[in-house]
Amino acid sequence: MGRDYRQKDDGYKSKGPSKRAQHGDSWSANRKVQKGVKLIAEENSEVVQAFRVFQNELDTKHDKHERLVKLSRDVTIESKRTIFLLHRITGDEDRETVIKEAEDKIKLIQSTHILQIAKELQGQDPFLFQRAISPGFQEYVEAVLFLCYIKEKKLMTLEEVRGQLVFQVPAGEDSLAKEDSRKSDVVSDATPDGEVHDPDSPMRALSVSVSPMDYVLGIADFTGELMRMCINSIGNGDTETPFVLVTFMQQLYDCFQLLGNTPGREYTRKMSVMRQSLAKVENACYMLRVRGSEFPKHMLLDAISALPGGSTDTMDLDT
Amino acid sequence: MADTGSDAVSSVSSTFSAFNEYLTNDQDMREEIRVAVRAMEQTAREIMTTLEGVHQTAGLKEAPALCQKARKLLETTEGQFAALQKKVPMDQYYRFHDHWRFVSQRLSFVAALIIYLESEKLITREEAAKFMGVSTKREDGFHLDLEDFLQGLLQLASELSRLAINSVTAGEYNRPVRISNFIQELNAGFRLLNLKNDSLRKRFDGLKYDIKKVEEVVYDISIRGLKTSATVPGHGGEETPKSTGVE
Repeated sequence: MGRDYRQKDDGYKSKGPSKRAQHGDSWSANRKVQKGVKLIAEENSEVVQAFRVFQNELDTKHDKHERLVKLSRDVTIESKRTIFLLHRITGDEDRETVIKEAEDKIKLIQSTHILQIAKELQGQDPFLFQRAISPGFQEYVEAVLFLCYIKEKKLMTLEEVRGQLVFQVPAGEDSLAKEDSRKSDVVSDATPDGEVHDPDSPMRALSVSVSPMDYVLGIADFTGELMRMCINSIGNGDTETPFVLVTFMQQLYDCFQLLGNTPGREYTRKMSVMRQSLAKVENACYMLRVRGSEFPKHMLLDAISALPGGSTDTMDLDT
Repeated sequence: MADTGSDAVSSVSSTFSAFNEYLTNDQDMREEIRVAVRAMEQTAREIMTTLEGVHQTAGLKEAPALCQKARKLLETTEGQFAALQKKVPMDQYYRFHDHWRFVSQRLSFVAALIIYLESEKLITREEAAKFMGVSTKREDGFHLDLEDFLQGLLQLASELSRLAINSVTAGEYNRPVRISNFIQELNAGFRLLNLKNDSLRKRFDGLKYDIKKVEEVVYDISIRGLKTSATVPGHGGEETPKSTGVE
């Protein structure tokens, strides 16, 4: 996993001026507002001055929020593309090349968008901006889980997901950033990525922490991809994969059910979609078992589509 | 694939048991926070009841005494906030913020009301935070959230519009004028903010009705010539308003 982070850092730095320009814009907008108010209140009254401080603080927060929403959206788009790419695997011949390509894409997401999110969030309470970033992270988790499953047939753990999101940045880059103890904790149990940087320039770790909730919701989305993969594999005449997939999905669904409704509304919603996906896969397996021997392979998919609730139109969880 | 199968099973179940543990911890923490917040809500209600006295006919004259009493009560929140602070991890303020959002708005409001009744000035954020024994800066961990503070100020505006009416009933005709100036200035301040389409914005949209109400009161007393008699007998103590911005 030899990533050259510093090169990416340089790329980020070059965006500095545009960020400043954005700041300048909001400043001029404020001036406009102030002109209108002048008529009513004295410019220099204590109240107005206090509110100017508030204005500044709120704007800073909103700007950061906006930037994070945008980054999160970029992560979503790129993760989706990676997932589509992975669905293009049709046989053993192209398997390796597609996986390689997907890995590169994931690395690119990590080193551009997610690194920027990490930079935006350093020294901040990540929960303040949770709503802005969590859709992106869920989609990202879905993509890495899917990649990992295709590669190794296993569920990637939260620690592994987090381990990939620890970045090494030059320590002196900005003094604003405060090392908080939690961050360094994450570093200690991370994958040995840290070896890449050379020891004479001081580096420090910067990480974004994927919340357990985002991870689990990402798993729920991931089952949707498994369902698609199952139907695709039947289309390709593969009669073995569906049975492996159905077992795995059943396990996941069992675990989801075990937690019940406690995690919240979004969880419950995703669980019901998950149930539908599972039903489709189970139907497909049933079909394969019962009629697999009778049907010619190329007709199997049509037969499965004809089952009640067995449509191959895939439900999309991401609204 | 059979050999990797058992591997997958254990990793799935361990993942979920870890998540379950996380949820349980989370719920325990929330439960404790809820208990701490409930005590604060109780205090906030008591303070509100105390200050409610100013709306009664005789109450305005007793405002300083009522404020003293309210200040005393408000002091207890300092300890309550400290207790709450212990239950919330330093860097997870916003994870649980919703639990005490309401009460910190309410406390900002009562603090602002006390300051207004005492000196007819707008409370500063530092003063409000000091009342609760918390910081104003996010970096210090437990702090008074800016939006909560602003919500408190908006609550103050609607309370003052009510006070304007009741002070007329109590025979104090100059107070509404001062309240009107004060709220106008508050409004000017809020108009400086670029609000997003959230609850603060919604509440701010209600401010104009408070202003309208106070203006109507001022109009009523003006056309009847009640306002111009600048000294209403018996209210000498109340007649030293600090300048409210119109200089």
